[in-house]
Amino acid sequence: MSEPMLPYSGGYHHDPIPGAPALVVERLSVAYPGTKRLALRDVSLIVPVGARVALVGANGAGKSTLLKAVAKLLPIRSGAIYIYGNAPGGCHHRVAYLPQRGDIDWRFPITLRRLVLTGRYVHLGWLNRPSQHDKSIVEAVIDQLHLSDLAERQIAQLSGGQQQRALLARALAQEADLLLLDEPLNAVDADTRAIISAVLANLRGQGKTVIAATHDLGRLETDFDSAVYLADGREIIAPPGAFVGEKVSV
Amino acid sequence: MNVIEWLMAPFRYSFMQTALAAAVLVGLSCASIGVYVVLRRMAFIGDALAHTVLPGLVIAYLNQWNLFGGALVAGVVTALGIGWLSRREAIREDTAIGIMFTGMFALGILLISTVRSFRDLTHILFGNVLGVTVNELVLIAGITLVTLILLALFHKELELTSFDPTHAEVIGVRANGMRYLLLVLLAFTVVSSIQVVGVVMTSALLITPAAAAALLTQRLSRMFVIAVVIAILSGIVGLYASFYADVSSGAAIVLTATALFGAAWIIHSVRRARQPEDEEIDETQMEPVL
Repeated sequence: MSEPMLPYSGGYHHDPIPGAPALVVERLSVAYPGTKRLALRDVSLIVPVGARVALVGANGAGKSTLLKAVAKLLPIRSGAIYIYGNAPGGCHHRVAYLPQRGDIDWRFPITLRRLVLTGRYVHLGWLNRPSQHDKSIVEAVIDQLHLSDLAERQIAQLSGGQQQRALLARALAQEADLLLLDEPLNAVDADTRAIISAVLANLRGQGKTVIAATHDLGRLETDFDSAVYLADGREIIAPPGAFVGEKVSV
Repeated sequence: MNVIEWLMAPFRYSFMQTALAAAVLVGLSCASIGVYVVLRRMAFIGDALAHTVLPGLVIAYLNQWNLFGGALVAGVVTALGIGWLSRREAIREDTAIGIMFTGMFALGILLISTVRSFRDLTHILFGNVLGVTVNELVLIAGITLVTLILLALFHKELELTSFDPTHAEVIGVRANGMRYLLLVLLAFTVVSSIQVVGVVMTSALLITPAAAAALLTQRLSRMFVIAVVIAILSGIVGLYASFYADVSSGAAIVLTATALFGAAWIIHSVRRARQPEDEEIDETQMEPVL
């Protein structure tokens, strides 16, 4: 993969530390800017390379907060995060983040194809235009998520499930090693659910690491290797056998 | 007098040629940046920026400095000031804009009131495209060129931060940085358009053509083209009205743009009425992106 001439962040070049887990979270506390209440308190966890981990918990339990902190969208109050051994933002192209649908202005005049193309931007950097290679990756992931017929649609004209698949397509187009998925299965139709499950299975085959916040306890066993339970900003002890991933308890 | 003669007659005068060039250039830059202003819901800030350059213009006028320079400094200071005031969310952005906008405009009016004769300053308020000098035209051309080049170079980042600032942040593009870029470009554009339509009506050139374009297409590239065509057409029609009917050129330009927006609204409504309502998706298809 060629490096951008003018990367968006100086962190583009950081190589993974050999042998480092995909994600290490050490006694992490996070509060939203301008608030005092901690949305995440003293959470620790280790996600080995290639694992598929579900973040489970009620609304407000801190699932999204944890993903946002790892994506460097929220400042860390205390504790530390290491992604492949580096601090967050150390290797932007290696981390893809799938936001909740509400974070995007769906009325913006952009097609699904171009939305997915924005997943390639991290590899382009400033001033660079998408190449044929970028475009062929975009077509491949659009096809993988069964969106080819909808590629020229303005994004508000998609159903909720199609929008969710478009966002996942973009995360895949980034060719990241660590995928942070915030509620990828929230309020989607059965078809979308099946397609996303297939994608998750496929990612496992490629040795990618996936951390997904989810409500959908029904698919935990099939879609994920392990689960981390959050309640009120803390990690709680999970039922035995519910996960196989390595984990450090507080 | 035949039609060709009627159309050509005004441009026998060199001031009309300069005015035409100024109107076309300002239409080009205002409408282009206006597309982002409308899509990012920054209409209020565009209007505010136009008003807040007033004290800069007046101070420059009183000291016989370059009016452009005075306006530019005031515009950029406002753009950065609004961003700075609202950066920590203690004050909402629209509140910050409201405070800066009225404070700066009042300062401008206060300064104007200290001058006994301010005939020239009415041109600042309401524009006088017929009075554009060649030097000013060169400046307008320069601002338009720089604005268009920067908008083109940073198009993919401006687009991304407009609809999905979260993804932009994740990949290392500072959404706030792009916003500052847009605000500073906006300040430049506003200053260049003040000579044409004046402080009070500048936001019409920013917002009205882009808003009309947003009603007519769902493609960003087409939106740019349509907005630019509407703005330039408004400039030209306004010039003729001003020449033949001897009315205020700025007002004529703005009213033409308003009329074209009205036409776009009718086209949009007709299309929407014709849209089959059996599919829910088709309902949203014709929603304006405003």
